[in-house]
Amino acid sequence: MMGAREWLMLAGLAVLIVLVGMWFKVPTTIQILITALAYALIALGLNVQWGYGGLFNFGVMGFVMLGGYATVLVGYDVNPDFWGSEGPVMLARALLAAAIGAALILATMQVHRIGIKGRLRTFLLIVAWAIAYFGYRSQVDPAAVYIEREAGFVGGLGLPVLIGWVVGGVLAGAVGFLIGKICLGLRTDYLAIATIGISEIVRALMKNMDWLTRGTLTVSPIPWPVPQQQDVVAMGVTNDTLALSVSRSMYLVVTLVVIAVLYVLLQRAYYGPWGRMMRAIRDNHVAAASMGKNVKRRQLEIFVIGSVLMGIGGAILTGYVQLYDPSSFQPINYTFIVWVMVIVGGAGNNLGALFGGVLIILIWNISDPLSQLLFLELNDGLAAAGLPTIDNVEVRALQMRVFVLGLVIVLALRYAPKGLIPERIRSREEPEQSTRA
Amino acid sequence: MSLIELTNVHAGYGGVPILNGVDLSIDPSDIGVIVGPNGAGKSTMLKAIFGLLEISEGTVTFAGADITDAEPDALVPKGLSYVPQEFNVFTSMTVEENLEMGAYIRRDDFSSTMASIYDMFPPLAERRRQKAGELSGGQRQMVAMGRALMSKPILLLLDEPSAGLSPRYMQEVFDQIMRVNRAGVGILMVEQNARQALGFATRGFVLANGMNRFTGTGQELLEDPEVAQAFLGG
Amino acid sequence: MNDFIFFINKVLVVGTVQGSIYALGAVGVTLIFGILRFAHFAHGDMMTMGAFIAYALATIAAALGIQTFWPTGFIVLPLAIPITFAAALVIDRAFYRPLRERGAKPVTLLIASIGVTLMLQGLIRLFGGVQPLSFFENETKELFRVTLPLEGANRPITFSEPQLLLIAATVISVVALHLFLTRSRLGKGMRAMADNPDLARVSGINTDQVIRATWIIAGSLACIAGTMLALDVSLKADLAFNILLAIFAAAIVGGLGHAYGAIAGGFLVGFSETLAVFNWAILLRPFKDAIPWEVPADLSIVPTEYKLTVAFVILVLVLLFRPTGIFRGAST
Repeated sequence: MMGAREWLMLAGLAVLIVLVGMWFKVPTTIQILITALAYALIALGLNVQWGYGGLFNFGVMGFVMLGGYATVLVGYDVNPDFWGSEGPVMLARALLAAAIGAALILATMQVHRIGIKGRLRTFLLIVAWAIAYFGYRSQVDPAAVYIEREAGFVGGLGLPVLIGWVVGGVLAGAVGFLIGKICLGLRTDYLAIATIGISEIVRALMKNMDWLTRGTLTVSPIPWPVPQQQDVVAMGVTNDTLALSVSRSMYLVVTLVVIAVLYVLLQRAYYGPWGRMMRAIRDNHVAAASMGKNVKRRQLEIFVIGSVLMGIGGAILTGYVQLYDPSSFQPINYTFIVWVMVIVGGAGNNLGALFGGVLIILIWNISDPLSQLLFLELNDGLAAAGLPTIDNVEVRALQMRVFVLGLVIVLALRYAPKGLIPERIRSREEPEQSTRA
Repeated sequence: MSLIELTNVHAGYGGVPILNGVDLSIDPSDIGVIVGPNGAGKSTMLKAIFGLLEISEGTVTFAGADITDAEPDALVPKGLSYVPQEFNVFTSMTVEENLEMGAYIRRDDFSSTMASIYDMFPPLAERRRQKAGELSGGQRQMVAMGRALMSKPILLLLDEPSAGLSPRYMQEVFDQIMRVNRAGVGILMVEQNARQALGFATRGFVLANGMNRFTGTGQELLEDPEVAQAFLGG
Repeated sequence: MNDFIFFINKVLVVGTVQGSIYALGAVGVTLIFGILRFAHFAHGDMMTMGAFIAYALATIAAALGIQTFWPTGFIVLPLAIPITFAAALVIDRAFYRPLRERGAKPVTLLIASIGVTLMLQGLIRLFGGVQPLSFFENETKELFRVTLPLEGANRPITFSEPQLLLIAATVISVVALHLFLTRSRLGKGMRAMADNPDLARVSGINTDQVIRATWIIAGSLACIAGTMLALDVSLKADLAFNILLAIFAAAIVGGLGHAYGAIAGGFLVGFSETLAVFNWAILLRPFKDAIPWEVPADLSIVPTEYKLTVAFVILVLVLLFRPTGIFRGAST
């Protein structure tokens, strides 16, 4: 399955990695690689949703945030102030209120069975939602105030962090299921906009639910699944930089293993009967539906699988920086950049998505020093010509990253609409892939 | 001189050929009618003439000029107008605005043209401020034709003008077409109701599988037993 | 009475200002959607770009010593507007048109517009810096205080000059747009193209001309909206990106492609935001004694932090339940 094109692209990538390694110091390079791999996993998730399923998820950020939150929930220390107070009880009451509210809404949705339809049903539904919402608020608001006052926030469960990675995937998958249930019927560009809206709602919630996530106060440090720098030093490695490199390498290795396993699983599925069915559905809904395939079910499956991958990627990222800061999540860094990765890398091709992920992170990281160099050269030229030079070069160069990213998107769409490592189309399959950009 | 002439035209959609070398020619005063079974390429021929489809081989000449590769908005000023079969009115715009759109390319005062259209289609005059989307099928057809006539064409292309209309309206539409022709506009129309259309056609073309099968005056085709049996059904 | 004035200030004034900005932005988005058939994600940054252009011009004007009793940022609009729409035309030519000519799908154009957004953001931050800028460095922002001659009304209704100018600009823009769409040949051609692009082509309507007109209108409105917003708050690189989704919500609520719907949608979203975060308990205060039970201190539907979230929720709800917009009578 690896043809000349793939090898060429991977070779180019290797060269780029070497360049990055030459510019940045070793520990930083490893950090960049870890970030690149985590994003590659997220891109893989998006590739499953879009490349396989033709689903336009522009709310990637939401799933990444959920995955990140899971590391906090699972891996962070237990907060005795919380558990020792009334907090758990109040939260339990709030949860109960939410459950009752949900049950009420679900029940109201069924009233058409007893003959209540149309406007009356809609009215009852709105009433049910209002009751559920205000009921939940009545329990959760005092709980939130209380917890924030007494304990700061809920705290974590103190379990091994790797479990947090799994939980991250599960949490993202569960939310993906809910969102998919509701939204997947929308047409493509509407789905895109709806998912953006939902991820913004998730971000607002995570940022403001201080009792759960500490909001803008952030949670740190989240423990690592492997020995950290100080642990390595304690084991006898005296050189600090070496210790840092070693510990980061361990994180890198764990990440690599996780991704490799997931990739292999996905590839097996892709080339098997499940994958063929998926592609049939993607390329022609109507025909597939007429053949009896349950299109909606499959789309939901794909959406959930993709969400799980994004959640795990988010857990890896947050776990690495050991800090959970909801305000730091911006759509550009967690949604749009992933889209660039998939489009540029090659939609529909898992290897392409991974490739795109790593490539874009490398470009993202190298644009900063490159543009700094550019500006400094420019300043030299300007100074020599007696013209005023550009100030604040470092800050300005940083902004170039955003520009470069946008430029890459536009160029990719124009000149390589199928991506750099496009889907390998076997001769017997249809030549026209309807979801190509 | 013929008003429009097609010579050995090949055209299709996305690589699938529909027209496989058709010839056609009508004079300025003709009512030309194209009939044939479904999939024969009748509508495709009109679209190819009007530049909505690419012609891969052959030529189309209109009033002496080669329009084979011309774009639609270049053809309207030349005197060619086209009424599609479906979605042929601006549903959100009023009857009067639809007519104004027909005269979009005209920079002169077109109020007299509009008045004559209202004369030709009295129901439209009453409803000039109504949205075209609210009109009945027959009235919409009138708006569609009126729109096409506002640019004062010398040749009007009509794609199944009687489609979806009751027999009464169909006859009305045909009457209008004949009136328009008498006023000096050449007609080239595709019709499913072959029998009735050929009844007033001065030139008839039977198309099958993207090629000419029979050509003659309307009367000739109607009286030809082969044509009647194979293509005119009952 | 003071509580009622508080309500006017916090809900009516703010809602009208917010609504006007959303309306101006939404009209541009909806026109682009109706004519060019894609969701123009870069619209927010087009607004920000317009504001920065106005800022640059205002700075030059101030350096030249030009000063009138209107804010300088406002006076330079007649110059900022053409520059903004010229930029919009260039962007279309360079980035969207090649894709359109290739028959790209709406989603592709959406993604391309995301690319354009990022490029604009980068450039704006590059040249404008990351710190907030103010149009009122060297001049004062006039505030108007209207005291109602009613008993108990010690607090005045307050609004600023930029806010007043914004509302005036919105009214003028809406009227001008209406006249354009209903009285001019090109305006009607635009409506025709939004209605039925194929038939418009068949009628001989010059689609390139209509597309140019669309960008000119959208760019002009974006410049006005962005500049007036910056005059009202401050000028930052992510000025309009934050409200982009609210603008989309407004456009979708009004029915994509329908200019009048977008205007109504803008005000609907604007007022929904202010009404949702308003603490209704304040209005109940005068009636405290008449109410038998204890009125909670905070009776807002949504906490203030979630103000922008209101727009997102509206957006998602409308997309799910009424994607063609909530106004009836808009024929397809």
